[in-house]
Amino acid sequence: MKDHLGRPLVAVTGIGMVTPLGWGVERSWQRLLAGESGIRRIGRFPTAQLRTTIAGTVDLPEETEGGSTAISSPERVERMAAFAIAEAVAEAGLGAEGDFPGVLMLGMPPVEHEWPQRFALARAAGSGRYVDQVRAATGHRDLYETFLFGGVGERLAARFGTKGAPISMTTACATGATAIQTAVEAIQRGETDAAIAVGADGSVQPEALIRFSLLSALSARNEDPTAAARPFEKTRDGFVMSEGAAALVLESLASARARGAAVIGLVAGCGERADSFHRTRSNPDGAAIIGAIRNALSDAGVAPADVGYVNGHGTGTPENDKMEAFGMRAVFGEAPPPISSIKSMIGHTLSAAGAIEAAASLLSIRDQVLPPTINHVEPDPSITLDVVPNVKRQVSGLRHVLSNSFGFGGQNVCLLLSAAPEA
Amino acid sequence: MNREIWITGIGLVTSQGEGREAHWAALTGGAKPAVDAAGFAPFPVHPLPPLTLDTQIPRKGDQRQMEPWQRLGTYAAGLAIDDAGARGLVSDMHLVVAAGGGERDIGVDEAIASELAELPEDRAAPLLNQRLANGLRPTLFLAQLSNLLAGNISIVHGVTGSSRTFMGEESAAADALRIAHARLAEGRGEIALVGGALVAQRWDMVLLYAPGGGLLQGGFAPVSTRDGGGAVMGGMAAFLVLEHAEHARARGARGIAKLAGVASDASRRAAAGDSAAAARALLAKLPVADAPLGVMSGETGAAPATAEEEAFLAGLPNATVRRAGSVIGHGIEAGFPTQVALGAIALDQGGFYPPLDPADTLSSATPRQVLVTGFGIFRGEALALLEPVAPEDRA
Repeated sequence: MKDHLGRPLVAVTGIGMVTPLGWGVERSWQRLLAGESGIRRIGRFPTAQLRTTIAGTVDLPEETEGGSTAISSPERVERMAAFAIAEAVAEAGLGAEGDFPGVLMLGMPPVEHEWPQRFALARAAGSGRYVDQVRAATGHRDLYETFLFGGVGERLAARFGTKGAPISMTTACATGATAIQTAVEAIQRGETDAAIAVGADGSVQPEALIRFSLLSALSARNEDPTAAARPFEKTRDGFVMSEGAAALVLESLASARARGAAVIGLVAGCGERADSFHRTRSNPDGAAIIGAIRNALSDAGVAPADVGYVNGHGTGTPENDKMEAFGMRAVFGEAPPPISSIKSMIGHTLSAAGAIEAAASLLSIRDQVLPPTINHVEPDPSITLDVVPNVKRQVSGLRHVLSNSFGFGGQNVCLLLSAAPEA
Repeated sequence: MNREIWITGIGLVTSQGEGREAHWAALTGGAKPAVDAAGFAPFPVHPLPPLTLDTQIPRKGDQRQMEPWQRLGTYAAGLAIDDAGARGLVSDMHLVVAAGGGERDIGVDEAIASELAELPEDRAAPLLNQRLANGLRPTLFLAQLSNLLAGNISIVHGVTGSSRTFMGEESAAADALRIAHARLAEGRGEIALVGGALVAQRWDMVLLYAPGGGLLQGGFAPVSTRDGGGAVMGGMAAFLVLEHAEHARARGARGIAKLAGVASDASRRAAAGDSAAAARALLAKLPVADAPLGVMSGETGAAPATAEEEAFLAGLPNATVRRAGSVIGHGIEAGFPTQVALGAIALDQGGFYPPLDPADTLSSATPRQVLVTGFGIFRGEALALLEPVAPEDRA
């Protein structure tokens, strides 16, 4: 029940997931395996004047097709996270309703007032000036609690009855992985026997889209949305913004076994390494990416040759995929394992990506199947990796999967997910 | 494993100045609060002193990629690394930042809101796209991103061991310190940098916090006398270098103070007394000695957190309590690390601060330990316990 460093092994006993392909693990997972795309034209707001007009939006159950900007990012994050947590906790069968015996680690985007709130305040104030809007906002406690950074975590903690202070965190595109790592460490330290780690993002609104667009990060392949996300492919031109959430129930393998819970897999190792090179690009030497992968492997006590599959960061930006392929070669040498990117189907779910991809990695181990990288038409000659092109692949004997997450700001986190040891 | 962890470096900026010596001198020398009463009226704020940014962020290109919040935090982080003499250790230094949101472009926001707020939505929406696409500077997005304070600390100072950014106002800072401490104590690394920053003179911050009713309006008054009227935001930044004691000794570094423990919780605050009770439970987790106790209270002046904190403090009748918020204000994510820094500075000086608020204990006994309190305006209870390092480790 201990790992090679004498720490408690950390088991996953529940998974929850929301993606543009559906609400719920099985719906999303089956459609991912089928190679379906969840990318579509944005219907949530008018896209006139925008360079990118596609995204992987998640409609809330009560919304009509595409939804609207009336529901803000923190509300979407909370709703999707709550769904994923409820699904994961139900599968784990741990604790009582509203009384989860462990901590909450929440990966989410920074949130702030959006334009509907600003316009409403400006109308109430009769002025667009901040000083007047502040006056108009007096007493609007709902506005305050919705957009506080700690607000979403507090409401989720209250709803699920998690213990201690919930921790919300952001490491850009590595956020979901950071939440899992922070939860794993708390269990390894013996601070808690159980934890919920969740990553969620619901940022498809005009300003966020425009900001990523201004950084030249987004695909502008608007004419055929389902073909826009092309990780590792020669004609890739950027990532596609998307939304979703995934939650893991984590507990020490010892307590999971003691209560007779079904163990889906282990989070066997976590590795991180920051880059100091540039705000949006990684150092051409790849040291931080390579360091994060190697740290995850050594933390898990797993040799590179034992990794059977990599669930890649694979954003579909020219830069990321080139550097990720470089890192793969540096760590795995001449015989790297297959790597695929589910972002080819659901886009880049940003703060949720690390959690969704860790969940998918565990499902790959559970079902012995690798999800494909779709839209793989013309291989990039500089990326000589097996990207599981276009069609899922049934495998056998898959025990160790690496999940990569590399963020803007140089924050890189890799997780090593493993099959549970024989009981 | 429970290894001894020291604070070996402090980077501290408040409205009272910059650095350990300046803060000790100011707060023991009858410092008066610096207050900007007009700029964000009716909300008074404590302004930041001018910073010599070039000394910590030498490249103008880096300075241009940031706005004041990231510059302040990156600057204070550099002060902490220098104070620890740890420039050579940054590549394996771990980083945990407690972050708020970065600056919005106030001019762009006001222009767009003025132009479009009254238009019907079908006309406003395409114009909004156009105004944002033309008006937003790409670099400002990075200056606004919460995790890019940590990103800039990595880029400017080369801190690359790991990088995490916690969000969640006061709680984020307490948990950043708690987790950085716990990771070093269990042997995950030897040295870490942890802290946060707040620029109080920002309308976007006022607009976020004012609707909660937690900000003082009108004339400035000490925190204990505000009757729950609210906090005064204080510009401040505090970064602490935490280090395994053996690692520090081996490189000949002195300890400023020992960080004996950090504990945090988040009471739902459903009933009066819940928050104070949560803090009392945290106190039981810390190795408080039967010896003179000093308290650096993070009391904000906001209701109901201030009443809860007073109830908690009333349970420490023999402690010497200092409410530094009456001089420097409340720093949200920067508040808890700042109070820890002030506690460590006092222990290193071998003394304590004189009363800073009318409710402060009159006794000026030198504490054997210093307890730091943090009661968040919305949520979060946190305590940290500091002890002096042995005389031979101070040098």
